[in-house]
Amino acid sequence: MTTMQTSTARPATMQTPARAVYKDTRSLWERLRTNRNWLALWFMLPTAAFLILFLAYPLGLGVWMSFTDERIGRTGVFIGLENYEWLWNDSIFWLSVFNTLLYTIIASIIKFAVGLYLALLLNRHMPFKAIIRAIVLIPFIVPTVLSAIAFWWIYDPQFSIVSWSLIKLGLISNNINFLGDPNMARASVIFANIWRGVPFVAITLLAGLQTVSPSLYEAATLDGATDWQRFRYITYPLLTPIIAVVMTFSVLFTFTDFQLVWALTRGGPVNATHLMATLSYQRGILSGRLGEGAAIATAMIPFLLAAIAISWFGMQRRKWQQGSDND
Amino acid sequence: MNDFTTDRRSLLKGGATLLAAAATMSSEQLLGYAKAWAQTSPWKPEPGAKINLLRWKRFVEAEDVAFMKIVDTFQKANNITINVSNEAYDDIQPKASVAANTGQGLDMVWGLYSLPFLFPSKCVDVTDVADHLAKVGGGWSDSGKAYGMLNGKWIGIPVAATGGLVNYRIKAAEKAGHKEFPKDLGGFLDLVKGMHKNGTPAGMALGHASGDANGWLHWALWAHGGKLIDKDNKVVVNSPETAKALEYVKQLYENFVPGTASWNDSNNNKAFLAGQLHLTVNGISIYVAAKKENPAIAEDMNHAHLPPGLDGKTRELHLGFPILIYTFSKYPQACKAFTAFMLDPAQFNPWVEAAQGYLSPFLLGFEKNPIWTADPKNTPFRDVARTANTPAGVATMSEAAAAAIADFVVVDMFANYATGREDVKTAMASAERNAKRIFRGG
Repeated sequence: MTTMQTSTARPATMQTPARAVYKDTRSLWERLRTNRNWLALWFMLPTAAFLILFLAYPLGLGVWMSFTDERIGRTGVFIGLENYEWLWNDSIFWLSVFNTLLYTIIASIIKFAVGLYLALLLNRHMPFKAIIRAIVLIPFIVPTVLSAIAFWWIYDPQFSIVSWSLIKLGLISNNINFLGDPNMARASVIFANIWRGVPFVAITLLAGLQTVSPSLYEAATLDGATDWQRFRYITYPLLTPIIAVVMTFSVLFTFTDFQLVWALTRGGPVNATHLMATLSYQRGILSGRLGEGAAIATAMIPFLLAAIAISWFGMQRRKWQQGSDND
Repeated sequence: MNDFTTDRRSLLKGGATLLAAAATMSSEQLLGYAKAWAQTSPWKPEPGAKINLLRWKRFVEAEDVAFMKIVDTFQKANNITINVSNEAYDDIQPKASVAANTGQGLDMVWGLYSLPFLFPSKCVDVTDVADHLAKVGGGWSDSGKAYGMLNGKWIGIPVAATGGLVNYRIKAAEKAGHKEFPKDLGGFLDLVKGMHKNGTPAGMALGHASGDANGWLHWALWAHGGKLIDKDNKVVVNSPETAKALEYVKQLYENFVPGTASWNDSNNNKAFLAGQLHLTVNGISIYVAAKKENPAIAEDMNHAHLPPGLDGKTRELHLGFPILIYTFSKYPQACKAFTAFMLDPAQFNPWVEAAQGYLSPFLLGFEKNPIWTADPKNTPFRDVARTANTPAGVATMSEAAAAAIADFVVVDMFANYATGREDVKTAMASAERNAKRIFRGG
C-alpha cells in the first residue's frame, strides 16, 4: 500500500534514487508509526471503525438476513434467494415498488421546481429578508411525525379543515375523501412530502446562488442579456454542482421516506400508498418476518445506487470541474 | 376461592359506588394485604429486583391510576422496583419485538393480541401462575386458555380483553326500523343500509387499524363460515364461504360513511363523539369518553354483540391484553409474583371497576363484578371472553397466526374487494398466497 501510494504521488524518477541511498534502520513499528501514509491511515481508523460498526455492519447484517428466514426472537437458516423469489411474484411488493418510484419521481421533480423558484425569489433584495428566509425553513424543522399528524388532521375524512372550508364556501357538498381513495391518497401523501421537502431544496440552492459572483450578472446585463439568458447561461451552470448534491439527497430522502406515510395512512387504503420502507417495516417488525422485511429493504439498494449514479455521473462530470473550460 | 368471596363482600358493602368502596381500603390496608399476600405467595421476588415493564398507553385514565396503585403497593410490600413505561398501541409490538430479539431492555410486556406468540421461545413458562389464578379467579374461559397456551404450557397470562362490540346510537337505529338490535346478519345489513339512507351512517375501519379493522372483519369472515386456516393450520381461505363474506362486507362498505378505507384505530372514536358516526365497532372507550364530555351522546348510545353467524354462533375477535415475561429477565420470580398479584381479586376487582368496562376479564369469576350490571350498557362487555376467538380461529394460536394478523392478510383481502381494487377471486387468491407463505411448514 505504501509503495503504491508513493509511486502515484510522485514521479517515479525522483523516487528511485532516494530510496537506494537512504537505508532505514528503524524498527518496523517505528516506521509504521511515523510514515506519512501510514499516519493518515491511523488517523482514519477511528472514523473507519465508527462507519464499519454503525453503517457497514448493520447494512451487511441486513443483506445477510434477507437470505435467511429469520424471525423475531430466533435466528433463521440460510434459504438463499427464496425471499426474493417470493417477492418477485408478490403483487403487493411490486405495488410498493411502483408507489415508491411514483412518490420519489413526482415529489422530487416538484420539490426541485418549487425549491429553485423559491430560492430565486429569496435571493432578491427585499425587506425582512432574514426573517422570511427563516420562515421558509419551518416545515423542515418541524419533526416529521408532528407535521404528519397535522396533515393527518388536514386529510381527516370527517374533520378535514379543507373539506370544511370548501363546504362552508358552498363549493362542494361532501367531505373530500383524501386518504380513502387510492389515487387521492397518493396525491395527498406526495403533497405532504413536497411541503416538507421544499425548504431543504430552496435553502440549499439559495446558498449556491449566493456564491455566484454579482460581477457575472453585471457583465451579462451590460451585454444585454435577458433575465432568462442570465439564468440559463450563468445561474444554472454555476448551480449545477449544488443541484446535483441537493437532488441526490432529496431523492434519497424521498425514496427512503417512512414516517410521513406511516403516520398518515399505514400504507393504506388497500396498500395504495405502501412504500418499500413501510412494507418492509410491516412485514419485518410488525409481522415478525425479519428475513422478508430485510429482503424488501435490500431491494431498495439498487434503486438508491442508481439514483446516486445518475446524479454523480450525469451532472458532475463537467469539464470545468476538473479545471478546464466548459465548452 | 375463599379470598375471592371475602373480597367480593368487602367490595359490595360500598353498594352502587364501588369505586369508592375500593378506595376505602386505605393504602395502609392495601399494603398490609399485599405483605400478607407476599407471605403466602409461592413466588419469592429476588431481593432488590428491578423490573422494567412496558404497557400500552391507557385509554381510560382511571384504569391507569388503579394499575399504578397495584404497582406501587407491590413495590412497597416486596421492596423491589418496577419501572412502568407506556407506549401507544401501535408502538408496543415493535418495541417488544426488538427487546425479544436483542435480549435486553425489558422484563415484562403487557401487550396486545397474541404478542407472546410472535416470539414464544422468549417467553417464560407461566403455567404455575395460570394455574394459581384459575383457582383464585374462578377458572379460565376457553378463550383465555386459547390466548395464553401454546402446546400445553402458558406463555403469557391474558389479563383482560377490550371487547370490539357494536356501538350505536339508539335513535338512529330506531329510525332505521330496528327498535331492537338485529340478531342476524341480514338484519344487521338492513340496519346499516337504513342508517345510510337516513343520513346517520355507520362506519367501520377497513384500513390498517390493528384493533378495529381486524376485529370486525374476522367476525364477518367467521360468521359466513369462512376461515383463514383450518384446525391443522392448512390455509383454506379461498372458499365459497369467504366469497359470501366478501359480498356481505362490500354491501356494508357501500353504505358506510366515506373514508373508512383509510381509518385507523382512532378515526371512529373521533367521528362518533362528534356525532357524525352512528354505528361502529369499538371498545367501550367511546362510551366512557361520552359520559364525561358529551352526555347527550352517552344517553343515546348503546352496545351490542355483533350478530351471530350463519350457524347461529357468535365468534368475535376482541383485543386481548396478554402479559408476558421474557426468558432473559433476571427476576423471573418477581415478575411471576407481580403477574399473580395484579390478577388477585383484591387488586383486580377495583382495577376492573376503574376501567369502567374497558377491561373484560378472561377469568370467569370476575364476571360477577358489579361493574357489568351497574350500568346495563356495560353488560355486553362482560361476555367478551365467551365470544372471543383468537386470530387463529378454529386452529390453535401460533406464531404464524400472529404474523398473519400483524400483516393484515384478512383486512387487505376485504378492503381489496370492498373498494373494488380486486375481484372476489383475485382478492381470495392473494390472501391465500400470503397466508400459505406465512403458514408454510406447519
